[in-house]
Amino acid sequence: MSRHDIQLSVNGATHRVQVESRLLLVHLLRENLRLTGTHIGCDTTHCGACTVLLDGDPVKSCTVLAVQAEGSQITTVEGLEQDGKLHPVQEAFWENHGLQCGYCTPGMMITGCALLARDKNPSEAQIREAISGNLCRCTGYSNIVKAIQSAAEHLRQQ
Amino acid sequence: MSEPRTSPEVCGMGHSMKRKEDPRFIRGKGNYVDDIQLPGMLHMDIVRSPFAHAKIKSIDASKALKIPGVLAVITGETLAKYNLHWMPTLMSDTQMVLPTEKVMYQAQEVAAVIATDRYVAADGVEAVEVDYEPLPVVVDPFKALAPDAPVLRTDKKDKKDNRIFHWQAGDRAATDKAFAESDVVVKQDMYIPRIHVASIETCGCVADFDRVSGKLTVYMTTQAPHAVRTVFALVAGHVGLSEEKIRIISPDIGGGFGGKVPVYPGYVIAVAASVVIGKPVKWVEDRMENLQADSFARDYHIHAELAAKKDGTMTALRIKTLADHGYADAAANPSKFPAGLFSICTGSYALKHAFAEVDGVYTNKPPGGIAYRCSFRVTEAVHCIERITDVLAQELKMDPAELRLKNFIPPEKFPWKSALGWEYDSGNYPAALHKAMEIVGYEALRKEQAEKRARGELMGICISSFTEIVGAGPSKQFDILGLKMFDSCELRIHPTGKALARFGTKSQGQGHETTYAQIIAEELGIPAAQVQVEEGDTDTAPYGLGTYASRSTPTAGAAGSLAARKVREKAKQIAAHLLECSPDDLVWEPGKFSVKGAPSRSKTIQEIALAAYTNHPQGMEAGLEAVSYYDPPNLTFPFGSYIAVVDIDRGTGQVKVRRFVAVDDCGNIINPMIVDGQIHGGLAMGLAPALLEEISYDDEGNITGGSFMDYLLPTAVETPSWETAKTVTPSPHHPFGAKGVGESATVGAPPAIANAVVDALAHLGVRHVEIPITPEKVWRLLKEKGLAE
Repeated sequence: MSRHDIQLSVNGATHRVQVESRLLLVHLLRENLRLTGTHIGCDTTHCGACTVLLDGDPVKSCTVLAVQAEGSQITTVEGLEQDGKLHPVQEAFWENHGLQCGYCTPGMMITGCALLARDKNPSEAQIREAISGNLCRCTGYSNIVKAIQSAAEHLRQQ
Repeated sequence: MSEPRTSPEVCGMGHSMKRKEDPRFIRGKGNYVDDIQLPGMLHMDIVRSPFAHAKIKSIDASKALKIPGVLAVITGETLAKYNLHWMPTLMSDTQMVLPTEKVMYQAQEVAAVIATDRYVAADGVEAVEVDYEPLPVVVDPFKALAPDAPVLRTDKKDKKDNRIFHWQAGDRAATDKAFAESDVVVKQDMYIPRIHVASIETCGCVADFDRVSGKLTVYMTTQAPHAVRTVFALVAGHVGLSEEKIRIISPDIGGGFGGKVPVYPGYVIAVAASVVIGKPVKWVEDRMENLQADSFARDYHIHAELAAKKDGTMTALRIKTLADHGYADAAANPSKFPAGLFSICTGSYALKHAFAEVDGVYTNKPPGGIAYRCSFRVTEAVHCIERITDVLAQELKMDPAELRLKNFIPPEKFPWKSALGWEYDSGNYPAALHKAMEIVGYEALRKEQAEKRARGELMGICISSFTEIVGAGPSKQFDILGLKMFDSCELRIHPTGKALARFGTKSQGQGHETTYAQIIAEELGIPAAQVQVEEGDTDTAPYGLGTYASRSTPTAGAAGSLAARKVREKAKQIAAHLLECSPDDLVWEPGKFSVKGAPSRSKTIQEIALAAYTNHPQGMEAGLEAVSYYDPPNLTFPFGSYIAVVDIDRGTGQVKVRRFVAVDDCGNIINPMIVDGQIHGGLAMGLAPALLEEISYDDEGNITGGSFMDYLLPTAVETPSWETAKTVTPSPHHPFGAKGVGESATVGAPPAIANAVVDALAHLGVRHVEIPITPEKVWRLLKEKGLAE
């Protein structure tokens, strides 16, 4: 198996790593870089637990090869909090009981952040559409939608 | 429940306290099994059978063992040397850990590869060569009982057929007589399909055997760590695993819903591998393994009959069911009854006579089952009674609400002894249904429906008024391998008045760290923020039977409350000593004891806690702590009325749930926000089998629906915005009047949706639609009726 030297930025820190061609980005993050907040729920791109931002876009990191992330800026859930201050989406998930077991939560929040980065006033239908690639088995989605709406309101007031 | 008794600072019962566990989850700092990485840890991956029934002629691991990094390939023969190739199930049956002779279902474990890296382990799995000789497959449970059906469990010497059990409850003769004397009888066959909990975290473990100390630590996705420890000790005692040397740690769990109650072969193989190799071994299944091999739920073929008088008074219920258990009865069923709590099937109605029977059979499918977010077999029972009630309403041309109101067990008749032997603790069914009808605007919706029907549009409104049965359970009805179904709390108050509370249960998202702290806060007045709750580590937590069947609040919650009351009793003695009065002269209000008639003379719980370590009365032991093991006197019977409003697209057959009103009654509420969250989640897991989910098999036993491509979980798009409300009828026997709530909605929602769909099509002569009600199923029905657009 051939190996590749790649460089990428994760949550603002630059990493140079040598990886096998087949290594998935999610495994690079979780096992090589020990950023275990990004979870694996299916490995077929359906559940969205592994969602991270790749150059600002939400991607399912179980379906991205680490080598494809060469030169990219990656944001994981660990990168949402800035200077000890939670991101409004994190605050809103906590405030609105938008999580239960917490397993889908990092991917769900990342998708929520990506939505709000391009639209600070999404409708309920747009929110539901945006998170339709992120499965949650615990919450029934109502409080997740509420949390994203609440974060949107907060961001509009900033 | 009335207003909270405690201040927001104390945050006892009734406060919507923000969850104490959330700060770690929202930062990605949870600690799930796959996050655990130990020095020298190896990875395990599993070779699985492509056949549903086949003889294993040979397993050749030589190519796999040549791959750099592959250390071992474990087969049934390897385990047979230690007599670990079979294991007992909780239902006194046996199942294979790894086969030595034949495989019994597609995706069954055949061998395990141990390697230095998860990718290399997967390479090893690809390289293991297994030679199979296919055998005749039994897929249809009805055919499994045919005289000429191949006998599947050839390992059982005296087994001559595929029947596992026959179970029955009720008075058959009296029920038959009531049917003969009734004015109306309706009959309906219904199939409750095989489904899968599909928690977003799959199952897995890290087994870590220390050769020097002889201690085995297993980090494991389990809902019942203590029971697992005992099972491991009983099953593997002969190879030297002794219970004091086994530590099961259930870290953060990414959803359970019953799927993490069983001990799957993967766990056992990983433990065996770690013991043999002497290094930590991690096994985490992928999604397809999870869906295809882990325990299923449901798979009940029901024939139901309901008898009534002309005026709609229900007189008797008769049910015959065939249960497909797969190749082994490995049900995660803690009750003493092989059909679990199916005998709750008389539901919310004052039925005098009932008879129910269930036959369990073997087929070439994965063993099981599990509950899928309910007490075992309650969802099947509730679907049955709520569906057949609507069939009766249709037959009598009565409004389904009117029929239900006519037959509800009257509120004044509680506790109610059901025809099948349960004592319902408390209920007020008309109140919940009236409230749901009011919120949804039932009359107006009926008018809208009539108008739409006249225009050829399809809209349905219908009801499910369910009674749940949760909180396993009283030891007369429940045990696991003889272990009584109590649960426990060990509570310590520190000198500075802060508390540590440990429980025998294990949260998988229910929020125990918050709600249990609120229970202690309610009882002692110590702020919930200062109560540290721990569970899931068998070395530190008191023995308990775990979290499933909505049992945590009814059992461990009760134990928390009673442990706190024991602490309060000792605190009273200390307060009397400090205030120099008789304990009888003290009155308690949350957080302090004061002298009757002299409220200024008081001691707070914090002052008392300090005194317990610094200034306790002579003759009294130091410290302030208590333990409680709570064996509930009865189950709790939460209930509710749900109303679904659906629209059906005549072009696609798509059912859209436009509104869903859920009125629940779970007695007194600890944290309203968390209760609502539990209801929301349960509703989505009720909508799922009603409209989307099914695991099915073709004639060769090949699984269809074994990945998220085919097995469709509801997304935010299919899920409506839930409308919830409560009535409060406390449980009379629970220490703080609460009932379990985590599963009510999963149980109550499917028939509400199915009934609404049938209601939308009733004028076409449709009386029943099998779940999941997929667009294809509805479209075919519409086409048959000439209504498809």
